[in-house]
Amino acid sequence: MTGPVDRADAGRDPNSPEAVGNASRGLAYEEPLLFERSRPGRVGYSLSALDVPEVRPKDLLPEDFLRTDCEGLPELSEIDVVRHFTRISTWNYAVDLGLYPLGSCTMKYNPKLNEVVARLPGFAQTHPLQPAALSQGLLQLFYELERQLAEVSGMDRVSLQPAAGAQGELAGVMMIRAYHEHRGEQRTQVLVPDSAHGTNPASAGLNGYEIVSVPSGSDGLLHPEAVAAAMGPDVAALMLTNPSTLGLFEEHIVRIAEIVHAGGGLVYGDGANLNALLGIARPGDLGIDVMHFNLHKTFSTPHGGGGPGAGPVGVKNTLAPHLPVPVVRKLGGSEGDGFVLDYEFPRSIGRLHGNFGNVGMLVRAFAYIRSLGPDGLRRCAEMAVLNANYLLARLRGAWHVPYDRTVMHECVLSDARLEASGVTTLDVAKRLIDHGYHPPTVYFPLIVPGALMIEPTESESLEGLDRFVEAMLAIEREARTDPDTVRGAPHSTRLSRLDETRAARKPVLRWQPGGSS
Amino acid sequence: MRYIPHTEDDVARMLDAIGVPTVESLFAPIPEKLRLGRALALPEAASEQQVLAELGALAALNANAETHRWFLGAGTYAHFVPSAVDALAGRSEFYTSYTPYQPEISQGTLQAIFEWQTMICGLTGLEVSNASMYDGASAAAEAVLMAMRLTRRHKIVSAGLHPHYRDVVRSYVAGPEGKLALLPRDPTTGRTPVPADAIDAETACVIVQQPSFTGAVEDVRAAAEAAHARGALLVVVVTEALSLALLRSPGDLGADVVCGEAQSFGVPMSFGGPHLGFLATRARFVRQMPGRVVGETVDARNRRGFVLTLSTREQHIRRERATSNICTNQGLMLLRATIYLALLGRQGLRALALGNLAKAAYLRARVTATPGLGAPLSAPVFNELVVRVPDSAERALARALDDGAVGGLDLAPYAPDLGPSVLVCATELVSRDAIDRLVRALAGAAR
Repeated sequence: MTGPVDRADAGRDPNSPEAVGNASRGLAYEEPLLFERSRPGRVGYSLSALDVPEVRPKDLLPEDFLRTDCEGLPELSEIDVVRHFTRISTWNYAVDLGLYPLGSCTMKYNPKLNEVVARLPGFAQTHPLQPAALSQGLLQLFYELERQLAEVSGMDRVSLQPAAGAQGELAGVMMIRAYHEHRGEQRTQVLVPDSAHGTNPASAGLNGYEIVSVPSGSDGLLHPEAVAAAMGPDVAALMLTNPSTLGLFEEHIVRIAEIVHAGGGLVYGDGANLNALLGIARPGDLGIDVMHFNLHKTFSTPHGGGGPGAGPVGVKNTLAPHLPVPVVRKLGGSEGDGFVLDYEFPRSIGRLHGNFGNVGMLVRAFAYIRSLGPDGLRRCAEMAVLNANYLLARLRGAWHVPYDRTVMHECVLSDARLEASGVTTLDVAKRLIDHGYHPPTVYFPLIVPGALMIEPTESESLEGLDRFVEAMLAIEREARTDPDTVRGAPHSTRLSRLDETRAARKPVLRWQPGGSS
Repeated sequence: MRYIPHTEDDVARMLDAIGVPTVESLFAPIPEKLRLGRALALPEAASEQQVLAELGALAALNANAETHRWFLGAGTYAHFVPSAVDALAGRSEFYTSYTPYQPEISQGTLQAIFEWQTMICGLTGLEVSNASMYDGASAAAEAVLMAMRLTRRHKIVSAGLHPHYRDVVRSYVAGPEGKLALLPRDPTTGRTPVPADAIDAETACVIVQQPSFTGAVEDVRAAAEAAHARGALLVVVVTEALSLALLRSPGDLGADVVCGEAQSFGVPMSFGGPHLGFLATRARFVRQMPGRVVGETVDARNRRGFVLTLSTREQHIRRERATSNICTNQGLMLLRATIYLALLGRQGLRALALGNLAKAAYLRARVTATPGLGAPLSAPVFNELVVRVPDSAERALARALDDGAVGGLDLAPYAPDLGPSVLVCATELVSRDAIDRLVRALAGAAR
């Protein structure tokens, strides 16, 4: 139970009865919770009349097994629900509103065509257990998409099953473990550079591996000597991201992979930053043995407010026997034509998803690759890299750049020069909102104190980037001349800065009648 | 390329600002010998019209719930979806946003997640819910891992679990060396009772599917008592979330974790994904709960707002000691389900569940009355039951298909002990006439 909300602003208090369904400030809408809008007797549905005999639950089931009421669900009309969700949607920033420069998240434009094709009944209304003979269009799409991703990445085989990048990592590390176990080796450690995404150590940890952190060099790159020093007979794999989370291409990748391979280990490639390499270079040609793709980053499937993602995993032939099941197979010869799902792979790591993965996302990614073709994909990488380097060129005079080199798809700045003003990266992020932008990724990678990691993607035009640059330059000036305004940001949003400490200290995770608790 | 705005003039000006002569020179950090040096071997770009035509042709090759009468369930269910769900979830303020890391400009997503958490707590009878998981199977696996951490035990006893869920649990627990034991289904009732001697001091949890894979409504209270008697937890898995509107909440009956698949709440079947895993538990276990969670707080002017919270459990803070490696949720599917539940509401969801119960009861009555068919398992069901067919499931389903119906799941690979049988699901989408026709086709009677 939290304390009552300050009522000084009662006319706009979303909880007050007069506010329900009506409160606004100009056209900035207030909107209570669904449960606070609920009125007994309202309905938002129309069910068809039952054409079979009605039944009484207690005639079929023991009374102790039965619920008598769905108390807790609201009672609302359709217009209530439509206004509710339309109003709260206006409180979100989105790619369709503007630049969304979250580093490592690749918030590129999500084409409308892809939404239309994913909703075709022949995709959206299909069932995962319907016979293969009734699913040939989907199986063909999977088969082709697997091969397209293999071509883009230089890997030999691809499984589309993992539901997100982190599940792709989990699959990859499971395959690494299966590979070593099949060879009769019990390796216990996984090397992870200090610039890695948190999912890398978490995925390896879930597989029971001990994590050994490898330091980046003073130039921000991973160096062969550091990997060699950490390498040993207990090391199962090195996990790395290339380009790295600093936006830098790991120039020593081939030598590093040789060192790991010579020691009997494998190299995992985190594909989060693959957008920079499309048509330019392929992880499979750089010594990577296994990697995941983030279709919601590189291949434009929408992020959906946090998901669904899709995280296919690609492998070299050495790991192919361990791929998750089922596997799509094209029939040939005496088997006839068409495609089937195969389950019989004795060395497979098994299943990671209840069905075949996030199929709706696979359809969207397929449409995207088909729309762009080889030249369009390469153009994505080129313009993404051009945009990131343009931002860096325009910002490096005013902002501290911890590793000032030619970058790939993103650049990392820091708040180091703002120290005297007391303004931090968090303040800068919040002030960017007042200037009309979603902030970049902040405080990551961990090796840069106060990091601002900016990934513009290829979707942004020159004038769009220029406006963002103006905002960043303005904030740098404000930090010197008017730091309090920056520290108090955001000022223009419906809500000001939210108290995250309070949320964690006394968690209120659901609404309850008479006040949440 | 219509998705990329750069003109040649823009590119020239940007290169000038950077101080390099060509776009190619920006790739100098990639050693020449590591570059591909050729175009990707992919089909050339297609126009929007062409892509739509090609994908339309592939889609047309797949049977679906609009081309066929649909009786196939087994974890993925064909339900009616109100128009407002697509209309609202199709707003790009929702679907083109990311994880709500910046709460001041993500209150739409955050409030919807908070509303979802509240609804799931109500339906499961538990105190805390996360912001969703990839799917029901991975939610079950994460629940088992959670139980292993909470009890520091490694054995898992499974009752009535969907075979695919069982496989996913096995994959996930291999790393931390969990051991899965399967309890047998009672051949007469179809229930899977949990005997006291199946659980010992090493058992982390009993995991029970409700209703079971083969449709039986299980005795959750008895399973909870058996688990708790030996200090194990009870995990209840629900693959047909609509059943929660009819059945007493598992939390009320003693479940410690309730998880599963909420695809039934307005999410398209979409060949099995993206679907919507959910997971709820007791407040005292919240620090071991995997996944994102949204909490209420206030802003600097003391107005209510919502934020992602309890992130010290998560991978970006805790790294290898995180409760899970998960960092996405199924945000867009969660949104659909929240809209769906808001529309159906307190009365509608229950009325719909009662309608499904009546359809399955009618199906059972018709099956029992039809020579050649039978309902071999006696336990009560919700909207899905095992139907014994006279010859083989393959032939029976082929007859149904000839008559325009996808008649259910051939149980031969999943439950060979049941003989020639089909798992048949009857939701509000199938009419009485469709059920009559299916029964005739399965029986092989002249139509």
